[in-house]
Amino acid sequence: MDYLNAFWVGGVICVIGQILIDKTKITSARILVLFVVIGCILGGFDLYDKLISYAGAGAAVPLPGFGNLLANGVKEEIDSEGAIGILTGGLKAGAAGITAAVIFSLLNALIFDPKEK
Amino acid sequence: MQNNKSKYQKMVEKSSPNTNLFLNCLNAFWSGGLICVIGQFITNSLLNFGCDLEISRTLTSIILIFIGILLTGFGIYDEIGKIAGAGSVVPITGFANSVAAPALEFKKEGFIFGVGAKMFIIAGPVIVYSTLTSVLVGIIYYLSK
Repeated sequence: MDYLNAFWVGGVICVIGQILIDKTKITSARILVLFVVIGCILGGFDLYDKLISYAGAGAAVPLPGFGNLLANGVKEEIDSEGAIGILTGGLKAGAAGITAAVIFSLLNALIFDPKEK
Repeated sequence: MQNNKSKYQKMVEKSSPNTNLFLNCLNAFWSGGLICVIGQFITNSLLNFGCDLEISRTLTSIILIFIGILLTGFGIYDEIGKIAGAGSVVPITGFANSVAAPALEFKKEGFIFGVGAKMFIIAGPVIVYSTLTSVLVGIIYYLSK
C-alpha cells in the first residue's frame, strides 16, 4: 500500500511541475527553486509532514520534501538551541543532501567527460 | 565557449514548446511516481536493516542523489529527461542532475571556475531561496512560541 501511495502522490507532484513548465514561462530551473520554497513554507505550517506520513517517499523524494526538511530542521534547532537555531537549523538539516550532491558531482566530473554532441 | 546555457536547461527547453500536454503529464506522472517508488523501496529496505525512520529517509536521499549523478555521468539521465520531463526534474534526482550536469559540462574550463563554480548555476538559487525561506519560517516559529 505504501508503494501505491508513494507512486500516485509522487506522480501528481511531478504532473504539477509538468503543467507549470508547459503552460507558463516557468523553466525547470525555476521549478526547482519554487518547489523547494513551497515545501519549506508548507513545512513551516506543519502541513507537509502530514503528506509524508500518508505518501512516504512519494512526498519525501520530490523537491518540496527537501524544503520541508529545512523547515523541520529550523524548528527543531530553535527548540533545542534557542534563537540561534533560526540561522543554523535550515542548512544543517539540508547538509546531507547538499554535501552529497557537491561531492558526488565533483567525483563525477573527475571520472567522466562530457558527451560530445 | 559556444553556449552559455547548460545542457540541463537545453534539455528542458527542448521538451517545453508546443508539445502534447496530456502526454507530457502522463509521462511525468509515471516516471516521477516510479522514482518515488524506488525511494520507498530503499527506505523500506533500510528500515528492515534496523535504521530509524529519519536516518532511512536521509540515506534514501543520498542514495538517490548518487544514482542521479551516476546516470548523469553516463549521459543516461538526459535521455530519461527527454521522455520524463518534469518527472525527472521534480524528484531529488533532478536536483542532483542540476548540480552534476553543469559541473561535467564545464569541466574543460577547469576545476575552479568550471566545475566548482558552474555546479551551483541552478543549485545556487535553490540553496539561496530555500535558506531564506527557512530563516523566515524560523523567525515566525520563534516569535510564536
